[in-house]
Amino acid sequence: MTGHLLDARLAVERGDFRLDVPLRVAAGEVVALLGPNGAGKTTALRALAGLQPLTAGHITVAGSDLDRPDRRRFVPAEHRSVGVVFQDYLLFPHLNALDNVAFGPRRHGANRRTARRSAGEWLARVGLVEHARRRPGQLSGGQAQRVALARALAVRPAVLLLDEPLAALDARTRLDTRAELHRHLAAHPGATVLVTHDPLDALVLADRLVIVEEGRVVQEGDAAAVTTRPRTDYVAQLVGLNLHRGQAENNSVRVADDLLLTVPEHLDGDAFVAFRPSAVALHDDQPAGSPPNTWPATIAGVQRHGDNLRVQLDGPLRVAADVPPATAATLRLIPGQRVWAAVRVTETHAYPAG
Amino acid sequence: MTLIDQPVRPASSRRPRGARRPDSGVPVALLLPALLGLAFLTLPLIGLLARTPWSTLPQRLAEPGVLAALRLSLLTATLATLLCLLLGVPLAWLLARVEFPGRRLVRALVTVPLVLPPVVGGVALLLVFGRRGLIGGWLDQTFGFTLPFTTAGVVFAEAFVAMPFLVIAVEGALRGADRRYEEAAATLGAGRWTTFTHVTVPLVGPGLAAGAVLCWARALGEFGATITFAGNYPGRTQTMPLAVYLALETDVEAAIVLSLILLVVSVVILAGLRDRWINTP
Repeated sequence: MTGHLLDARLAVERGDFRLDVPLRVAAGEVVALLGPNGAGKTTALRALAGLQPLTAGHITVAGSDLDRPDRRRFVPAEHRSVGVVFQDYLLFPHLNALDNVAFGPRRHGANRRTARRSAGEWLARVGLVEHARRRPGQLSGGQAQRVALARALAVRPAVLLLDEPLAALDARTRLDTRAELHRHLAAHPGATVLVTHDPLDALVLADRLVIVEEGRVVQEGDAAAVTTRPRTDYVAQLVGLNLHRGQAENNSVRVADDLLLTVPEHLDGDAFVAFRPSAVALHDDQPAGSPPNTWPATIAGVQRHGDNLRVQLDGPLRVAADVPPATAATLRLIPGQRVWAAVRVTETHAYPAG
Repeated sequence: MTLIDQPVRPASSRRPRGARRPDSGVPVALLLPALLGLAFLTLPLIGLLARTPWSTLPQRLAEPGVLAALRLSLLTATLATLLCLLLGVPLAWLLARVEFPGRRLVRALVTVPLVLPPVVGGVALLLVFGRRGLIGGWLDQTFGFTLPFTTAGVVFAEAFVAMPFLVIAVEGALRGADRRYEEAAATLGAGRWTTFTHVTVPLVGPGLAAGAVLCWARALGEFGATITFAGNYPGRTQTMPLAVYLALETDVEAAIVLSLILLVVSVVILAGLRDRWINTP
């Protein structure tokens, strides 16, 4: 496939850690690298920025190689058309907001007046004109984040990189900043790569999600594909689904030695079955008439979860069940208690694992 | 002169009124030597002030020899500091930022002038930069340029003794600085040199200033290396400490006046340095 502004295979080997992530981003596209801490997301970002050389693979932007170890090609950070918003912003403490934003244009050859004018325009775009003379220490977290964004965009980078752009903000500021960030990312004509461990940030801000675990891509796709068809426990947890893997035959999937789940889909071979915790019903006794998808389970734990109670079940399947308070009152929900779990066939969703 | 005895007391160490363990509980075994130590350090200064000929002070200050020595001292100490900044800051950067074999050895070598008796330093400088020295001989033959017993020689001697203070202070500041700011600068298109001048140096500004002040103060008080390497020629190489020493043999009151000037300059610098440290966030 051609036409991608950014084409890369990010391979970095450092001691025991191995990162190997293929990544293609079109102009105007926003891709989120989503994964748990230590998955290698930040290493990937640093490699793209030129702060961490690749040990194999390549980074190609607009057809020219920025890093390709097998051809001994490496363009240092200062010569790449890349803008970075760092996790804690790293605004220069000795410069005010305006000069922080003007720093990039100055280094790209603009004279002081032009650079400051351009910086002023960028600050206006992020709504911080009246704070231009403030030092980073005098800015709030949200304001510092916007200055950092303006600073990265002021060099008009072909590739914009954001490392956990909202992680340093409190919940309220995060909500506002996320919406505003979405607007700016949508307006950015270049490729954007966003690194986050927060699924909400990824789902709101990105057009496409690349999920990285232990240095590898485990799943890739748009929000709908990832949220409905998770392929690892990590992704399933992120999107709040029960996920089980088993052997499918026709419209049933063997997910445990003595448990066969009936699913609406017809498929064969290695398959995933996913269902929401709220689709799991709990009963004191075995439901009458032995309907499909019922199994005996033991309560392992109970927690509050929104308006419901989330019950962790042990047994042939480890499953989370959301129980409304009214139902909970009729059950003895204490750890160790034996119950029957049931999932309606229409509430399950099966798809090939291969 | 030492600048180490100025701890900044944290505000939280203040004990609320009425709390137990009053201050009078300090054991005599500690209090007595502490007071003796304080007296030992301050009495000579008090003696200096007590013996100062205050009535004739204005005339003595206006004597051409005094002013010439003071001017030469300030000039050479400032030039020596500039020389140290020019060479010492890159050296500190190298020690703090570049991994190279023998770095520990280089760091040890840099601090040698700290422990070397200055007179020995002066002898060593003569052996290298003297007219028959390793480099001095070549300088003399090629450019007709001699260092010993010149004002430039004073600057050399002072820089030799004072540079370690600057290098150590700046290296510490560089190690403490967050390198990720330099990475941020690189992603914005700044090369290594621009990053150094526009980001690194401002970031270590307070440490750099403290190092430069220490260096300047050390250069101002330099005696042993200067008199050995540059001699004692009034107006050319006779700095304040040399003038004090010389005056002591002929005119004690003149020596006291010169000492008082050096003392005042040192205290002013010390006060400036403290402000710098306290104002630094």
